[in-house]
Amino acid sequence: MSGPRSLYQSVAAPHLTREQARALTQRVLAFSSSDEMRVSVSSGSTANTRFAVNQISTAGDNTNVSVTVRAVFGKKAGSATTNRVDDESLRALVSRAEALARLAPEDPEMLPELGPQEYLDINSYAQSTAQLDPAGRARAVQSITNPAVDAGLVATGYLETNAGSFAVATSRGLFAWSESTSTALTTTVRTPDGTGSGWAGATSNDWTKLDPAALGARAIDKAKRSANPVAIEPGRYTVVLEPTAVGNLVQLIVGAAQARSADEGRSFFSKPGGGTKIGMKVVDERVTLLSDPRDPEALGNVFGGDGLPARPLTWIENGVVKNLAYDRFWAQKQGVEPSAFAGSLRMMGGDSSVEEMIASTERGLLVTRLWYIRPVDPRTILYTGLTRDGTFLIENGKVTRAVKNLRWNESPIFMLNNIEALGAPVRVSASESGGPGTAVVVPPLKVRDFTFTSLSDAV
Amino acid sequence: MAINRRDFLQGTSAAAAALGLTVGAPSLLSATGLSSPRSVRPQSPGDAVSKDLVLLALDAATSAGASYADARISQNNVRNVSTREQRVLGLVDNETFGIGVRVLVDGAWGFAATHELTRDEVTRVARQAVAQARANRSALRRPVTLAPVTPTPDGTWRSPARIDPFDVAIEDQVGLLLEANEAALKVLKPGGQGMGFVNSSMFFLREEKTLGTTDGTFTVQTIYRAQPSMTCQAVNVAAGDFQSRQSTDIQPMGRGYEHVLDANLVVNAEKWATEAIEKLSAKSVDVGRYDLVLHPTHLWLTIHESIAHPTELDRALGFEANYAGTSFVAPPEDVLGKLRFGPEFMNVQADRNQEGSLGAVGWDDEGVKPDEYLIIKNGVMNDYQTTREQAPYLEDWYRSQGREVRSHGNSYAQSWADVQFQRMPNVSLLPGEADLSWDDLIAATDRGIAIVGDGSFSIDQQRYNAQFGGQLFYEIRGGKIVGMLKDVAYQIRTPEFWGGLDMLGGRSSYELGGAFGDGKGQPAQSNSVSHGCPPTRHRAVNVINTGRQG
Repeated sequence: MSGPRSLYQSVAAPHLTREQARALTQRVLAFSSSDEMRVSVSSGSTANTRFAVNQISTAGDNTNVSVTVRAVFGKKAGSATTNRVDDESLRALVSRAEALARLAPEDPEMLPELGPQEYLDINSYAQSTAQLDPAGRARAVQSITNPAVDAGLVATGYLETNAGSFAVATSRGLFAWSESTSTALTTTVRTPDGTGSGWAGATSNDWTKLDPAALGARAIDKAKRSANPVAIEPGRYTVVLEPTAVGNLVQLIVGAAQARSADEGRSFFSKPGGGTKIGMKVVDERVTLLSDPRDPEALGNVFGGDGLPARPLTWIENGVVKNLAYDRFWAQKQGVEPSAFAGSLRMMGGDSSVEEMIASTERGLLVTRLWYIRPVDPRTILYTGLTRDGTFLIENGKVTRAVKNLRWNESPIFMLNNIEALGAPVRVSASESGGPGTAVVVPPLKVRDFTFTSLSDAV
Repeated sequence: MAINRRDFLQGTSAAAAALGLTVGAPSLLSATGLSSPRSVRPQSPGDAVSKDLVLLALDAATSAGASYADARISQNNVRNVSTREQRVLGLVDNETFGIGVRVLVDGAWGFAATHELTRDEVTRVARQAVAQARANRSALRRPVTLAPVTPTPDGTWRSPARIDPFDVAIEDQVGLLLEANEAALKVLKPGGQGMGFVNSSMFFLREEKTLGTTDGTFTVQTIYRAQPSMTCQAVNVAAGDFQSRQSTDIQPMGRGYEHVLDANLVVNAEKWATEAIEKLSAKSVDVGRYDLVLHPTHLWLTIHESIAHPTELDRALGFEANYAGTSFVAPPEDVLGKLRFGPEFMNVQADRNQEGSLGAVGWDDEGVKPDEYLIIKNGVMNDYQTTREQAPYLEDWYRSQGREVRSHGNSYAQSWADVQFQRMPNVSLLPGEADLSWDDLIAATDRGIAIVGDGSFSIDQQRYNAQFGGQLFYEIRGGKIVGMLKDVAYQIRTPEFWGGLDMLGGRSSYELGGAFGDGKGQPAQSNSVSHGCPPTRHRAVNVINTGRQG
């Protein structure tokens, strides 16, 4: 029993150990009077430091535990969550979930809770992340702000760390526990006159994999080079997309790859006339897209919220749709295996480099990242958004100058049909909010006919 | 405040308390049943135990060296009932309860929070916030100063909710949604034939929070928010087409369950389903420039993105440059009293007191009573949204106007676990003097598009270039609606769009729309805000067709 040891746990990582989580879930299950019950517990700490105008603006450290109970009577279910873990509160939690379940109508799609499962061995917990304290975060910030000040520029950014554990137990004997860490650091460096802006960001489960000074240097370089951009005509351009911009778009495909909505005729993955596009070629044959939670560069989830194991899954192989996401009910109905989302995504690459892509481009644009990406038409996975923090004109094989940002209306499906070249995949910070998000590993791409619809004056 | 701690020490085992107060690490031992709490736990944020903990936190923070501190205990209860067709997808009841302590040490902020509401842990967290502020101070260039505030020593406030959604029987809530779904399905799948889908939900929040500050403020507030919503989807399998109609006629409000009852979901469901089917055969729009007549259920979002966000002072000063972005309404000294946003009759007001609005509160999350002010006055930039930290940046402008330097009361944190910062109050376009209606605006338009309901939206990081979709689009010819359109989105450059505002509805056409979950900050926090407006007309706006196939 690790009880006394927990007194000496790091301040930054007070999450429930496997044995503590098991004890807590068993305690809750013992209060149950329902036919079936699932208890999930997440616990841990999250910490952040923000900086703006070359200094730390705010920071936060918090610890929390969250217990969710799903109670089932026959085909009726209800759920409740609390963060109070004394016996009285946990009894009340079970009562609330059971009261909701008793009053719920029968669910024709109800499945029994899972029994014990086999899980992949994935350890995404890094002490370096769990132990990064406010002083360490401040040092990382200064390794960006000090060079920015020296260069006469203005640095802003965000550093986040998370350390915790997640456990699921059911009345059918399932118990699953995993611990994980994640961290993300992003920075935007601007010129004081507001005409230039550069960005760099990285994310990992392991803080030692992040290099704050290198990120700062990249953003500083982009800020300088992006100053005083010129306007160009919107239209269709050949683009060299840095990996972050590719990740911004490619991850949207996985979000749309839900089997049920495809079978129901309301998805890009619906086949006109009925059925899904599984087996159909939808993008360039050089495109392979997969999720493997064991991916060493993008460690993912061990299991989903219902205890279902996460498994490697290939979404698109050589341009052909191989798999869609099935929840347990839809999988049973369609006679396939369900799988929890891995929380990890990789697009296979090629042997080109960004430099070679630029050198082979007569006229085109080099794009750092995309922003305010919102759905426009789900029939084609069409999204809109803008370029941001480093958009450059390529002329005769060279980057010649900074250009103003552009609004685009484009689908990652159209984009992956227009590939000219692929580079080596790298882990990117693909979430707009600068948090860790899904672990995404993608290559840079050169793509023709990327559709820009209007010009933006925003820097 | 020190008295409270002494009282406590006298009333319990001094040895145990001393041990607890010196433990350096939080412990989840109590979570495993290995230890029991030594003190009485609070049952709600407004009770005496909570007040004691708030005062304890302030005392611990100042003892550790904070020049200012605030402590916030909050309990957020959320209920979410969601359905599709004749099935319940989820019945979820969530609560989260904890304390966040914010401190200022030598002009640097620190913040720490915990879910464990014991005296030991609250003391530890207060000290942790002070230690963190000391670490943050190492990278300090401009110390934080706070605008003065008039303390509220004993304040209470409550949303005008008539029916607490958490007191309503869950079977009534489920029953209402399933009845509305059935009404929609009768239209979408007549006789059970064809393909059509409906999702519906009710989402409720009750937030009870206690705030204490070292300025002497102590307030207890209870805030309610409610959002019923539906989506009807019509499918033409043969054509590979599907179209949705979301229930944007019903906007989220700072009300109780009465807002759901007033929404007439069952009657409206039939209308929304009919409109979803109608969209399948609507004419795909021809691209070009059109005069747009925008309904309040649509326009609120355009106001939110193109006026409310760029007039947040933290954005204008560069504090949000890494995520939300900066602002074209900057720098303040160049635009206040100078930048023309729109015509003379354009007035935009900020407040947190409109009855039933999402932004309504008694005091903000640093104890300031929000005021009502004009962001845009007679078409010209007049003021920014502020907190206590930010108001001093505008000192010159306020003095030139003969106004005091005070916060507008626009500080907010989404929960106890998050640090408060500048968040949008209600930002509303005031109605025109002539009492024109939606129909009057259409009748006055020769060639245009009328747009109802908010849809897709995207805007750049300085709020110049935006693209908006909608729910329903109608072609206007010669002052009349001649048919439905689809695949419509319009693109704007903010100054030209508001410069092209030439008609405004009157008082009786004014409605509140709003965002339940507006995101800002890192980590992203969710804020709820209403935007009131009448319908408007805008000249020669660029309309694109979003229905491309490759």
